[in-house]
Amino acid sequence: MAFAQGGSPDVYAIQNATIHTASGPVIANGTIVVRNGLIEAIGASAPIPAGAWTIDGKGMHVYPGLIDALSRWGLPAAAEAAPAARSAAAGPPGGGRRGGGDEPPANVQYQDDGGPEERPSNTSWVKAADLVQPADATLTAARNAGYTTAIVFPATGIFAGQGSALNLSGGRVGDMVVSSTVGQYLGMSAPRGFNSFPGSLMGSIAYIRQVYMDAEHYKAAKAMYAENARGLQRTAYDRALEGVLESPRVLLPAGRKVEIERMIRFGKELKKPVILYGGVEAWRAVEPLKAGGVPLLINLQWPERDRDGDPDFIDSLRTLETREMAPAGPAALAKAGVRFAFYSGGTARPADIRKAVKKAVDAGLPSEDALRAMTLSPAQIYGVDDRIGSLETGKIANLFVTDGDWLADRTQVKMVFVDGKKFEPPPPTPAPAGRTE
Amino acid sequence: MQRRRFLGGLLLGPLAMTAAEGTIVIRNAKVLTVTKGSFDGSILIRDGKIVEVGPNVNAPADARVVDAGGQYVMPGIIDCHSHIATEAINEGSVSVSSMTGIEDTVNAEDIGIYRALAGGVTTANILHGSANAIGGKNVVIKMRWGKDAPEILLDGAKPGIKFALGENPKRRGGGESTLTRLRYPATRMGVEDVIREAFTDAKAYKANWDDYKARSAKGERLIAPRRDLKLEPLVEVLEGKRFVHAHCYRADEILMLLRVADEFGFKIRTLQHVLEGYKVAKEIKEHGAGASTFSDWWSYKMEAYDAIPYNAALMHKKGVLVSLNSDSGELMRHLNQEAAKTVRYGGLTDDEALAMITINPAKQLAIDNRVGSIEVGKDADLVIYDKHPLSNYAKVQKVFIDGQMYFDRDKDMSERAVKAEKRKTLAEKQKAAAAAPARPAGGPRRPQ
Repeated sequence: MAFAQGGSPDVYAIQNATIHTASGPVIANGTIVVRNGLIEAIGASAPIPAGAWTIDGKGMHVYPGLIDALSRWGLPAAAEAAPAARSAAAGPPGGGRRGGGDEPPANVQYQDDGGPEERPSNTSWVKAADLVQPADATLTAARNAGYTTAIVFPATGIFAGQGSALNLSGGRVGDMVVSSTVGQYLGMSAPRGFNSFPGSLMGSIAYIRQVYMDAEHYKAAKAMYAENARGLQRTAYDRALEGVLESPRVLLPAGRKVEIERMIRFGKELKKPVILYGGVEAWRAVEPLKAGGVPLLINLQWPERDRDGDPDFIDSLRTLETREMAPAGPAALAKAGVRFAFYSGGTARPADIRKAVKKAVDAGLPSEDALRAMTLSPAQIYGVDDRIGSLETGKIANLFVTDGDWLADRTQVKMVFVDGKKFEPPPPTPAPAGRTE
Repeated sequence: MQRRRFLGGLLLGPLAMTAAEGTIVIRNAKVLTVTKGSFDGSILIRDGKIVEVGPNVNAPADARVVDAGGQYVMPGIIDCHSHIATEAINEGSVSVSSMTGIEDTVNAEDIGIYRALAGGVTTANILHGSANAIGGKNVVIKMRWGKDAPEILLDGAKPGIKFALGENPKRRGGGESTLTRLRYPATRMGVEDVIREAFTDAKAYKANWDDYKARSAKGERLIAPRRDLKLEPLVEVLEGKRFVHAHCYRADEILMLLRVADEFGFKIRTLQHVLEGYKVAKEIKEHGAGASTFSDWWSYKMEAYDAIPYNAALMHKKGVLVSLNSDSGELMRHLNQEAAKTVRYGGLTDDEALAMITINPAKQLAIDNRVGSIEVGKDADLVIYDKHPLSNYAKVQKVFIDGQMYFDRDKDMSERAVKAEKRKTLAEKQKAAAAAPARPAGGPRRPQ
């Protein structure tokens, strides 16, 4: 194998590798050619251009770069709260009911008053691309595990802000952005307690409904004014509504079945494509998800027994069953043809993520579907599958190369390409006794 | 996978029997119709409706027979004040939260529904809490355990909204963090002011829309007013399209609310709790409000001290439409005993007592065309008790809603051991998994 030394060449060709495209059949003994950040050619006998830096992929597997479908990676600490903790809705039933305590990102000032018209807990105009810290070590760790893209969302408040699809290429933020806005992240738990509006789930829903209604009104009023201003009162500028209108999708929290059903119904009122996140009870909600035609982002942090809890405490049958069945949700959705993607949830440790994916595979999810749930499916859900998510000619060269099946225990990630730029994870160090990860 | 499916069915499938399509006859019953007397006889149910009632009914040969074994059958109990089956109760941050509604937070999987069934309750009015002067919108549900949220709503029930007077809405919030945003109002007169201001706003809002519609109909080029989800339900109240269910205790605040409503031209549909209602029963009757109270639950706060157990009977005798409610997932399970107390305190007849938890709340919610008594044409919402329901010893045996059995005491008892065993097995399995080393033993691990 030839390793990059000195400057980065423009053209790479990986030969003789098993190529998992995610969009088509596996190519045994195939070649993939990368030029100027894009996939130039792929196939069993793709021609290798003159001057290409060739890599012998014998015994290697090539996969599309992994995508974290709902991420906090790279955000400043205050904005980094895990989605599971952010919203009771996304957590397991009977788990921590209230995330609470999250402060808005430092550069965001909430208005402070009591009703929907004051737009409390609303930073809809904030974009993750404007908050992300490219030097964050989490991004490097994720890339070393095969992640090439994260769909990063601010997650503070009810209207938390807009997610951005970011390639984990390091360097300048501007170069990382695949799409600056892919959707608006909505939380439902009362972010500032009972005494501030909204202070309840029903308040949050009513507030969100009013804001989307206001946004429609705002849009119509502005259009009318723009057409002919004479004789019309002008509409006050409202950045909260601007942010809502700018967001192409709405992300709604939905963990349990009742929440999934509720949010499918509610989402229809908002007149924007809806994505649900959470999905701990997806195994029970296959039918409503299928009928609703709504994609689901599944939190890979499966519910677990509290290791520090009272050893003699026996959970309710409901809680026990949720723990037992949660990892079987993806298999049921795949079988029914419901679109879903995985997200890292509370965990940022790549080893934990792989373990969690394997749990879903062990519960019946075909491994190619597991791969798709971390590559092509999230790209489709966010409408960026024209550029990332699978290994196809003309798409962005986001891929990773392993020395074995990506989910096997001893498999190592040898190379990661982001925007055609090659990265090599540090070689494994022999593990001393004790913690190694 | 087979095992998993079994688990799922066990826990989450409705405990209801299989859908009783077609025709059912309940035989050998002591039928308490509440409105048409009591007799030994049968009830014939077809497609969820009561089609025949009497000492003898013409049941077709293929009708499914339920032998009541000489036990008592009464109409399903209706609770006019409940907070079960919802994942939010109060939006108490603001003094007017009419933009909120229980319809958005219904939880059809709340175990409270099943427990209500086990207490003979088939319908309940699920209200917003009493944290603020004007609360959120309510829903009326049937205890169709196993169905999803839209399916448990009693379709056709007129929408309503919660109001609250007195100590709860004048609480200003607490805790150090809220010192800077204490809520208005802090007094009873402030509560009145909040209601007046809200309806003044609602009238202006309606006038604004009416003006817009009239002018744009004439071809004027206008930007439509903004829709206000807080004021729209209040406009509906003014137009008589939405009921008001008002939490109250003291006679003075009851009179205040009735006067404000008269002044603004709307009606109070029910006064809830209304522990001093007996003092102003005449005025309540004149306004046309119903009263939904407790039998003998009081003294839990200052405004609930001047109460007597004769309240329900006294208001009833003054001509007020009275129901007894629970406001509690526990009390809900023995509303029959609450009704019985009106026999002891006030000397009501058995039918008058039972009416307080059946036909009267049905009338208050304007669903008496559907439920509340055993009459031909009504929904087959029925409860079988082993003893007379006004007896302390009576236990619910079976509960039907729309002719389907949603609770069966024998089935419940026999399933308990199976569930306990399943719970034990899963708990041990997960405990063992949690106790196992965090990662498999063996070869060296890589950092990743």
